[in-house]
Amino acid sequence: MNISRNWLKEFVDIQASDREYDEIMTIAGQKVETTTRLDAEIKNVKVGRVLSIVRHQNSDHMWVCQIDVGEALPVQIVTGAQNVRQGDLVPTALHDSWLAGGVHILSGKLRGEESNGMLCSIQELGLTHNDFPDACEDGIWILNDEDCAVGQDINEVIGNNDSVVEFEITNNRPDCYSLIGLARETAAAFNVPLKLHEPVVKGGGPGVLPELLDVETPDPDLCLRYTARMVRNVKIAPSPKWMRQRLRAAGIRPINNIVDITNYVMVEYGQPMHAFDYRYVKGGKIIVRRAGEDAELTTLDGTVRKLRPEMLVIADETRPVGLAGVMGGENSEIAPDTVDVVFESANFDGTSIRKTALALGMRTEASAKFEKNIDPMLTLPAVNRACELVELLGAGEVLDGVIDVLNCVPEPYSLPLEPERINALLGTDISEADMVEYLRREQIPVENGQILVPSWRPDLRRMADIAEEVARFYGYNEIPTTLMRGATTRGGYSPSQKLVNAAGAAARALGFSEIITYSFVSPTGLDLIRAPKDDPRREQIKLLNPLGEDTSVMRTTALPSMLDILARNNAYHNKAARLYELAKIYLPVEGQALPYEPKLLMLGCYGPDENFYGLKGAVEDILSQLNTLSARFEAVTTDPAYHPGRCAALYVGDKRIGTLGQIHPLVAKNYGMDCEVYAAELNFTDLQTVLAPEKTFRALPRFPATSRDLAFVCAETETVGALEACITQAAGPLLKEIKLFDIYRGVGIAQGCKSVAFSLTFRAEDRTLTDADIEPAMDSVLRALEAGHGAVRR
Amino acid sequence: MKEQLEQIKSRAFAALEAAKAVPELEELRVRLLGKKGELTAVLKMMGKLSSEERPVMGQLANSVRAAIEARLDARRTELEAAALDARLAAEALDVTVPGTKPELGHRHPMYIALDEAKEIFIGMGFQILEGPEVELADYNFTKLNTEEGHPARDWSDTFYLKEDSSVLLRTQTSPMQIRAMEAIKQPPIRILAPGRVYRKDEVDATHSPMFHQIEGLVIDKGITMADLKGTLETLVKSLYGEDSVVRFRPHHFPFTEPSCEVDVQCFKCRGAGCPTCKGEGWIELLGAGMVHPRVLEGCGIDPSVYSGFAFGIGLERMAMRRFQISDLRLIFENDIRFLRQF
Repeated sequence: MNISRNWLKEFVDIQASDREYDEIMTIAGQKVETTTRLDAEIKNVKVGRVLSIVRHQNSDHMWVCQIDVGEALPVQIVTGAQNVRQGDLVPTALHDSWLAGGVHILSGKLRGEESNGMLCSIQELGLTHNDFPDACEDGIWILNDEDCAVGQDINEVIGNNDSVVEFEITNNRPDCYSLIGLARETAAAFNVPLKLHEPVVKGGGPGVLPELLDVETPDPDLCLRYTARMVRNVKIAPSPKWMRQRLRAAGIRPINNIVDITNYVMVEYGQPMHAFDYRYVKGGKIIVRRAGEDAELTTLDGTVRKLRPEMLVIADETRPVGLAGVMGGENSEIAPDTVDVVFESANFDGTSIRKTALALGMRTEASAKFEKNIDPMLTLPAVNRACELVELLGAGEVLDGVIDVLNCVPEPYSLPLEPERINALLGTDISEADMVEYLRREQIPVENGQILVPSWRPDLRRMADIAEEVARFYGYNEIPTTLMRGATTRGGYSPSQKLVNAAGAAARALGFSEIITYSFVSPTGLDLIRAPKDDPRREQIKLLNPLGEDTSVMRTTALPSMLDILARNNAYHNKAARLYELAKIYLPVEGQALPYEPKLLMLGCYGPDENFYGLKGAVEDILSQLNTLSARFEAVTTDPAYHPGRCAALYVGDKRIGTLGQIHPLVAKNYGMDCEVYAAELNFTDLQTVLAPEKTFRALPRFPATSRDLAFVCAETETVGALEACITQAAGPLLKEIKLFDIYRGVGIAQGCKSVAFSLTFRAEDRTLTDADIEPAMDSVLRALEAGHGAVRR
Repeated sequence: MKEQLEQIKSRAFAALEAAKAVPELEELRVRLLGKKGELTAVLKMMGKLSSEERPVMGQLANSVRAAIEARLDARRTELEAAALDARLAAEALDVTVPGTKPELGHRHPMYIALDEAKEIFIGMGFQILEGPEVELADYNFTKLNTEEGHPARDWSDTFYLKEDSSVLLRTQTSPMQIRAMEAIKQPPIRILAPGRVYRKDEVDATHSPMFHQIEGLVIDKGITMADLKGTLETLVKSLYGEDSVVRFRPHHFPFTEPSCEVDVQCFKCRGAGCPTCKGEGWIELLGAGMVHPRVLEGCGIDPSVYSGFAFGIGLERMAMRRFQISDLRLIFENDIRFLRQF
C-alpha cells in the first residue's frame, strides 16, 4: 500500500522527517518497505520564459531560444520543437540536469549553436497526458496556464514535493489498505489527533432513485452488502489538478472526473467502487448473481473473459455488465458522453473474489482489497464520499437517497479487557489505565471494562489479540527480556540423530565433503541410471504444480542427485571429488496419505586415486565408526547402474543395507563423464537396526600371539571372501585375526589360477601357544581349503 | 716398567685423540685394556717384581688404567655428540615444503550454521526434532490457524501432491509445532525442528524452491513474551556477538499472537543505512510470537493454563550472512572449490 505524505496530512498533522516516520511506524507494527521522494528523479529543471526564438542558421527545423530562468543572464537553448512561442513559460532543463529514466542533460552544440540545456515535454518529466490533460501531446509542455513563476523548480509545478511511503500490510489488517486506516495507525503511533471527515451530500438531483434503479442480490452468500447512488447530468472532464496529483502519488493513472472519484475514494477508504453508465444498465436493474450460463464478458481492459458458472457478476436484466469485485465490463463503461452514472459501493465474499481473480489471471486493486475481507460498514460512507466529491467538482447532480442491500452485517463485538492476563502473557506490568489509553489512540473504545471492537478490526477477538495491541503501543522493545523459568528439560539429539551426525563425521574424516541437493528431481534421472521400466523406484510421488520437469517428482533414490553434482564438478575441471549427502528419499506407501521418508548416506567420488577398494574401505570404516554388526559384501552383477564386475551388495547382520561400486560406464556417459565414478548408497533407517551392542572394555591379551603366513594357489573364480570364511571356520577358536596380504598372478602360476596369501594370527587367553597347538589348526585349514576350494599350498 | 706404563698411557691418549668414530674406541679399548691388551701384558710381568715394588707398580698400573678408561669415556661422549650433530645436520629438512596430509572432508556451510544454532538451543534444554517434508495441509495450514482461502494455500505458492489440496510439500517447519505437541502431549515442551521446506519460487540469487528453516517451540506454565525476547536475544548474541543490537517489531502470523519479527542492527553500518541492509539500518532475522490460543486448543492444550512461544529462522539467510556468501545458488551448486572453503 502506497500513501502520499502530503495526502496523509489531511488526516493527521505529522511533521516527522521521512526517516523518523518510517522508524516509528515500523516499530509500531506497520512496516515501511521504502519511502520515495517524488522529486528525487527530476533535478535542475526550472520554469523558464521564452524571451526570443529565432530559426537555427544551419537547420530548417530547429530553433534557437533565449530563456529567462530567473537568473542574471538568459540561457540559450536549441530546440527542435515547433510549438514554442515567444513569451511562453516552458520547463527548462539546465546544464547538468536529470530527467525521467535517468537521462542526464549537459551543455553542447547543435549544428554549431551552443545549447545549454533542453526544453522538456511532459514525457521527459516522467508524466503522461493523463496527469496533465492540457499539455501538448507531442511538443514542449507549455506552462502558461499552470500556476507557476519564472525560476521555480519544475517539481513544485508537477506536485513532486511529496514522499510516497510503501507499507507492507499484513493479512490481518485489511483496514490498513486505505489512507484512513494508515492515518489511524499514524495517529496512534505518534499519539496525535485523527481528523476524520463525515461526507455531506447536498443531493436534490432530478428524479426518484427507486424508480430509476433496482438492485437484486439473489446470491447473498457472495454479496454481503450492495450500496448504490446515482448521479445525473454528468459532465465528463479531467479531474482537478489536486486530485490528479494525489492519484499519481498513489500510483493510479488519472482518467476522468467520475473514474478518478471512484479511485480517490478507494484510496481514502479502502473501499473499491465502480461507476456504471446508467444508459447501459438495461431495465434499470442491477442483479448481483453467479454467472451461471453466461459464458463470457469483455472487461474494461478490452479482454474477453471466459466466465465459470460460480463466478459472481454484476448483471442488468439481460447480461453481465461487470465482474463483481474485480473489474467492470466494457459494455457499461463511463464514456465521454455519459450522462447518468450509478456508483456501486459493495462488499463481496473475499474467497470468491480471490478465486475468480486467480482463475482469470487478473488480480486488480479492487480484487486485492476484497480478497482480504474488508469492513462491510464502509460501503455507505464511501458512496457518500464519492457523491460529495461529485458535488465538490461540479461533475453532476446527485440524486437523493441510497439503495443499500444488507445481506450480512457484522454483529457488534465486545470482549473484556483483562489486564492481569495480558500482563501475564507479555511478562509486563502495564496498568489498566495505560492499556485503555493505547486502545483509545487506535479509536477502540473501552467502556466499563468492555472493549467495543470497531467493525474494521475483526482481527480482535481474544485476549491475545488485545495483548498484541497493548504491546504495540507500549513498545515491543520496552518489554523486558527474561529467561524461561519452570521445569527444566533435557536437550539434545535422539539416538538416530546421533547416528546420522556420527556418519557425517566419519565420512568427512575419510575425505568426503557434504553436499545438499534438491529433494524433487526430474523423472528422467531414473533413465540416466538405466533403471528398468518396472523398477519400483519409478513409483514416484508427483508434484501436481511443479516449477518444471526438472523438479517434478520426489526422489526415490539419491544416486541421480549425486551423479549430477559429480558431473558438474567434473565439468568444472575439478580433478577429483569425494562427496556425501545425508539425503532423504520419499517412498509412497500403499493406503497412507504420507510417504515413508527414510534417510540415506549417499557417497560418491571420482579422481585419479579412486578405485573400488578405496570406496569399500571407506564404507567399512564408516560402519566401524557407527559400531554396526559385522558387514558382508556380495558381488552384484545385475544392477544396471553399476559396473557388473565391480558392484557389491552390503549386508550387515542379515539386512541388506546398501549397494556400492563403480558406476556403469554407460551411466557415467549419460552424465557426460568418461572417468571412473564410484558411489555407495547406505540406508540409515535400516542401519539403526543392526548396531552392535555398546562397546565395553576387553582385557588386553596376557600371552603373546603367533602368526603364520599361508600362501596357496587356487582357481581365479574362488573369492577372497569365501576363502577367508573357509579358513576362519577351519582354524578354530585360536585364530584371532586373518589378513590378506598378497594376490599374485603370472610367472609360476598356471593360467586361470592365482596365488593368495594370508597372514594368520593365533593366540590363546591362558597360555603361550606352541607348534603343537598351531600345527593341527593349520593342517585343518589346508585340508578344508583343498577340499572346499581346490587350493594347493605353495 | 714404570716407563712402559707411562708410555702406554701417553700412546693411549694419543690414539684416543686420533680416533674419529665410536667403533674405533671399542677397538682401542680391547687393544689397550682387553685381556690380550697392552696393559694386561705389562701387568702379567708384575710377578717378576719385588714385593716392595709390586704395590707401587700395582698402584701405578691401576691409575693408568683408570686414566685411560676415563679418557675413553670422555672421548666416547665427545664422539657420540659429534656423530649426533652430524646426523642431525644431515637430516635437516626444508620446513617450508608442504606437509603430507590426507584430505579431510568439509561440512556444508549451511549445516555448520545449523550446528551452531542447535548447540545454542540444546544448551537451553531444547530437544532436536525431525518430521515429514511431505505433509498434510491439515498440519501445514489448518491446525496452524491458517484457514481455507488463505493466500499461502494458493497453488501458485505451494507445491501440491493431491488434487484436493490435502497433501503438499511443507511450506514451513511450523507443522512441527503441531507434531511436537501431539507427540509430547504434556508440557513442558522445548523443541527445535530444523528441516527442508518448499515454496513455489523460481531460482535466483536469493530464492530457491527448496530451502531450510529452523522451528522452535516452547510450551509451559507461565511462559511470557519477555521469555521469548530473552531466548531470541540469547540466540542473536551467541551467533553475532555480545554487542549486537536486536530489535523486535510487530508482525502477523496466523499461528502466533502477539507476533513479531526480529531484526539485528546492520553490522556493516551500525544502523546508519548501507547497501548490505538496503539502507534500512536493520537486517531481518526471524519471525516469532506467542503460540496462538487456537493452535494450543487444537492440540488439546488449555491456553488458560499453558502458554508458549514459537519462532522460525531461515537457515540459508543465516548461513549466507555468517559466511558472507553472496548468492544462494552457490549453496545448492556443491562445487568442491566452494565446499573446501569451509
